[in-house]
Amino acid sequence: MIQKLIQEVEEADSADGLLNAVEALAEAHSERAIPTLIQVLGYNNPGAAVAAVEGLIALGEPVVTPLLNQLDGYNYGARAWAVRALSGIGDPRGLDVLLEAAVSDFALSVRRAAARGLGAIHWEKLPTAAIESAQDQAVQVLLVATADPEWVVRYAAVVGLQGLGMAVITQPPDWCAKVSDRLKALIKTDETLAVQARAKLAQQSLDSHL
Amino acid sequence: MLQESFPTPDQPQETLTVDQAIANLGSAEPGRRYYAAWWLGRNRIKNSGAVTVLIEALTDEVDRTEDGGYPLRRNAARALGKLEDPQAVPALIQCLDCEDVYVREAAAQSLGMLGDIRCVPALLKLLEGGVEAAQSVPGKPHLVQPYDAILEALGDLAAREAMAEMAPFTAHPMPRVRYAALRAMYQLTGETRYAEELTQELQAKDLQLRRSALMDLGAIGYLPAAPAIAETLAENSMKLIALKGVLEHHLQTTQGIKLSPEAIQVMDLMDSLL
Repeated sequence: MIQKLIQEVEEADSADGLLNAVEALAEAHSERAIPTLIQVLGYNNPGAAVAAVEGLIALGEPVVTPLLNQLDGYNYGARAWAVRALSGIGDPRGLDVLLEAAVSDFALSVRRAAARGLGAIHWEKLPTAAIESAQDQAVQVLLVATADPEWVVRYAAVVGLQGLGMAVITQPPDWCAKVSDRLKALIKTDETLAVQARAKLAQQSLDSHL
Repeated sequence: MLQESFPTPDQPQETLTVDQAIANLGSAEPGRRYYAAWWLGRNRIKNSGAVTVLIEALTDEVDRTEDGGYPLRRNAARALGKLEDPQAVPALIQCLDCEDVYVREAAAQSLGMLGDIRCVPALLKLLEGGVEAAQSVPGKPHLVQPYDAILEALGDLAAREAMAEMAPFTAHPMPRVRYAALRAMYQLTGETRYAEELTQELQAKDLQLRRSALMDLGAIGYLPAAPAIAETLAENSMKLIALKGVLEHHLQTTQGIKLSPEAIQVMDLMDSLL
């Protein structure tokens, strides 16, 4: 069954045909589909790549190692989709890639996805001793991303900071005060109304849990 | 928008200063002038010197395309819309009589952005003959007038006196013109049937049309369309821009410092698209 779905992806001869085949393969939710779904990220077919990313995110943790292994040899477009998949999975092994992408990728859609992903890392999967410094790094990068020239990246950075804040709500570290100050500043001074509003929502969510 | 290809300026790619850009508009090289006009708009150089040279460029006779178009005038008209200087209004109104349809289109768009109602009669004049006259030019990819830009401008200008002339365009056979009319009629009347019809177009078969409908719904900030915007088959980037328009329109029309449940719902949709 899976073999047949994989074959249909490999033999698709039109953009629509590929999209349908990838969707079917993603829906099968099988780990055997992982190499094929990763391969699709490099096909320069945005519709199929979206379906493949969704399928990879749904499969979760087993995807992370093969994805990271392929990352270096990738063309730029495939890398961007891989960053989005890693953001959606939230496995801490993807952290270094997200930290770099959130502030230094030239595509705003990649910076945006990475910033969101940094707020949704499953920290409990890290060794306890490593959590604190990893979160520190993520906060530093997200604070930088809240000054991105693109509104949507600043918006995503706020979403990331909210996620990170919620993750530490029972034992707030020192950096929480910095995040709170930054959110206050964005509410008052960000040039984009939507970013101001999102910062306000983040602040309210964090306050209501304290 | 009309289907003109907008060439990325490939001539002098150097980083300009404001003074250089202004000086380059007087250069002998058409490429330099064309790039400088684009650059001043792109960087929103709100400087009276820049406005003056751009207004002069609206009557340029030197830079011509093979079929008689005026590339520099087009770029200057586009730039002036971004500089928010009402001094440009009379010259842009004059551009609505230009023989180059792309100059008329750029002028209509910029006049809509500048928000000065003095231009309404001149825009209305271009709708003369109604839907019947709104045909394509034989052998060209455009209609006799840039109807979508004209209708959108009249909507942005809240030109209620233009309603009778605009309403029939909601039945124009070209989707893009129809969308522009629906968008403007919603802005002028607040009647939801127009916005609902646009929302339906998020199901259009053609991706370009779904994108157009997305941008129009974002521009009018139609809140009930938010879930449909998030669901439509198009790039997340465009959906996010449309939802931003909806969110900001809602924030501007609601009072108080507390976020409404509707605003939070739109932001939840946006979060899911990041």
